[in-house]
Amino acid sequence: MSQSTTNRSTKRSLGQRMNALWEYANPVKFMALSGKVLPWAVALCVITLVPGLIWGFFFTPEAANFGNSVKIIYVHVPSSTMAINIWVMMLVTSLIWLIRRHHVSALAAKAAAMIGVTMTVISLITGAVWGQPMWGTYWAWDPRLTSFLILFLFYLGYMALWAAIENPDTAADLTSVLCVVGSVFALLSRYAVNFWNQGLHQGASLSLDKEEHVSDVYWQPLVLAIIGFGFLFVVLLLVRTRTEVRRRRLHALMARERMIDA
Amino acid sequence: MIALLIRDLRLAMRAGGGFGLGLAFFLIVSTLVPFGVGPEGDILSRIAPGILWVGALLACLLSLDRIFQLDFEDGSLDLLATSPIPLEGIVAIKALAHWLVTGLPLTLAAPFFGALMQLESPGFSWIFVTLLLGTPALSMIGAFGAALTVGLKRGGLLMSLLVLPLYIPTLIFGAEAATRGMAGFSATTPLLMMAGITAGSIALLPFAASAALRVNLR
Amino acid sequence: MRDLPRHNARLAAENLTVTRGGVPILQGVSFTLNPGEVLILRGPNGSGKTTLLRTLAGLQPPLAGEVQAEPETITYGAHADGLKATLSVEENLRFWASVHGQSDITNAVEGFNLAGLVERPSANLSAGQKRRLGLARLLVTGRPIWLLDEPTVSLDVPSVQLFADAVRAHVAQGGAALIATHIDLGLEAASFDIGPYKADPATASDPAHSDGFDEAFL
Repeated sequence: MSQSTTNRSTKRSLGQRMNALWEYANPVKFMALSGKVLPWAVALCVITLVPGLIWGFFFTPEAANFGNSVKIIYVHVPSSTMAINIWVMMLVTSLIWLIRRHHVSALAAKAAAMIGVTMTVISLITGAVWGQPMWGTYWAWDPRLTSFLILFLFYLGYMALWAAIENPDTAADLTSVLCVVGSVFALLSRYAVNFWNQGLHQGASLSLDKEEHVSDVYWQPLVLAIIGFGFLFVVLLLVRTRTEVRRRRLHALMARERMIDA
Repeated sequence: MIALLIRDLRLAMRAGGGFGLGLAFFLIVSTLVPFGVGPEGDILSRIAPGILWVGALLACLLSLDRIFQLDFEDGSLDLLATSPIPLEGIVAIKALAHWLVTGLPLTLAAPFFGALMQLESPGFSWIFVTLLLGTPALSMIGAFGAALTVGLKRGGLLMSLLVLPLYIPTLIFGAEAATRGMAGFSATTPLLMMAGITAGSIALLPFAASAALRVNLR
Repeated sequence: MRDLPRHNARLAAENLTVTRGGVPILQGVSFTLNPGEVLILRGPNGSGKTTLLRTLAGLQPPLAGEVQAEPETITYGAHADGLKATLSVEENLRFWASVHGQSDITNAVEGFNLAGLVERPSANLSAGQKRRLGLARLLVTGRPIWLLDEPTVSLDVPSVQLFADAVRAHVAQGGAALIATHIDLGLEAASFDIGPYKADPATASDPAHSDGFDEAFL
């Protein structure tokens, strides 16, 4: 209620619809809404991810030259897609925190980092497992692989900075600045890595580009699995952000206790 | 501003090891690598640009925590932040001082260490030019990392974790330009990219770093 | 004679709420400090004197209310003196003078009886001498409003007298000072007790200003 008065005074120009959207950045409203949305998100996740993976694993033909190993793309490709998109989402929420100071936004970025790093690790591991039968090696300094390793390092730095700072607002400010600057350098690294190892591999030999040549038999369950991973991310993000909001509330209650005692 | 630069340089000299420490570290790296990979000249000269670049980068990293940490601890940073010099200017000057004490001596000394690594003579100028263009970016990016971690008790290790990934593009373009130049290929593209990173860092990172400092001073 | 302050040395706090670690500790603080006045800030340990001074100095934003002062009229003297151990007394003072666009340090050296120490590195000063040097820094900033946090810590009786004289001379020239202290400086000064402004947990967090405060989560 109090938040709405502030919003009205500062954001009238953006129109009512925008206004209504921003109000969900209030922690209390967010908790109420996310509590209602969560079961639906879980349901959507289950009805896309489970059939997508089962279809992909058991009801697609074995590829002639790869054998069964090709089926790892149903985990590898969605997790890679998520790993990148989660960083982009963190960039957006960090900017929202820096510009509009919505607490939920900062906490959502913190919550997303943990999921993002997990997706990156899954992507790297499944890539290595798949790379062994396909290329005869677990690791190659392919531009794509290297980019994901660098992305992993950026996630690690971002999370370490969150963990190191006690004051939650200070941590939110500094990690947001790091996320913005880091995004620029991550993008630069992507180009640098392409430049660094051009010509050694004949373009990207695995991952997304390949799907354009893949027949629909493989493509359709893959799309379903990617959508399923997207919903999985939404579910995990909501759960983790709710945890962070509760942790922050605990922090606020304890601070208030100390103030009353003092 | 000039007064701040002179003070920082004077402090670096008097603290002992301002110039010396980074150079000594660089020398040790150039000495240890041949022990690790063997004395064959052709291998050494092939990996020399990369080793020299990584060595310069690590030597730079070693002294980063000095940029703001001491001033934060003794209260100077509070006083500087309330002084007439804008905080962005303070960051830029301190990064410049760091470069003059670390990056520039490394650049000047790199051809000599290149000789240790069996670098051929055309390689000397390439190492020199790429380090000259690239080390300012290392100092500026490092100042940003130092500003992020200035309030933390055990910030050193965390700062390495934050700063080293940010160094990746500079390192790739720098080492690549040196390697290509030595091999007689055109090195214009990586050189331009690295110069662009340096220019962009100097233009924009003081703002990000001063924002981080303001948060840490609250 | 030192340059007379050119700015209007008026400092006013209006309905200020200040926070420490994200929690409001003082609320509704209002006072005015006019040129030629000294205000003694009183309050028990941990009551928020330092936080209030840092907020007034612009090092941290207030949660609510505003600080009215012309920019660049305030200088802040904290517990830490901002001195560099390897620089001499004179170098320390000259540095802070030139950062603030001043050049004359004789007044500061004489005012705090440092004439015999100018060549000495400040590492070799006693605690009291360091403190005197830290206070002498106030004179070389040329700023009219002094915000001082426990300025007399580790000073002996004659040095406290020197300090009181310096404050007297400063306000006689149209300067002003806000001093947090527990001892009697023998100055003609009003007292400002921050006790009554202790933030009330129930009302401190006016949600209209909930930026940066945990109240949004309660």
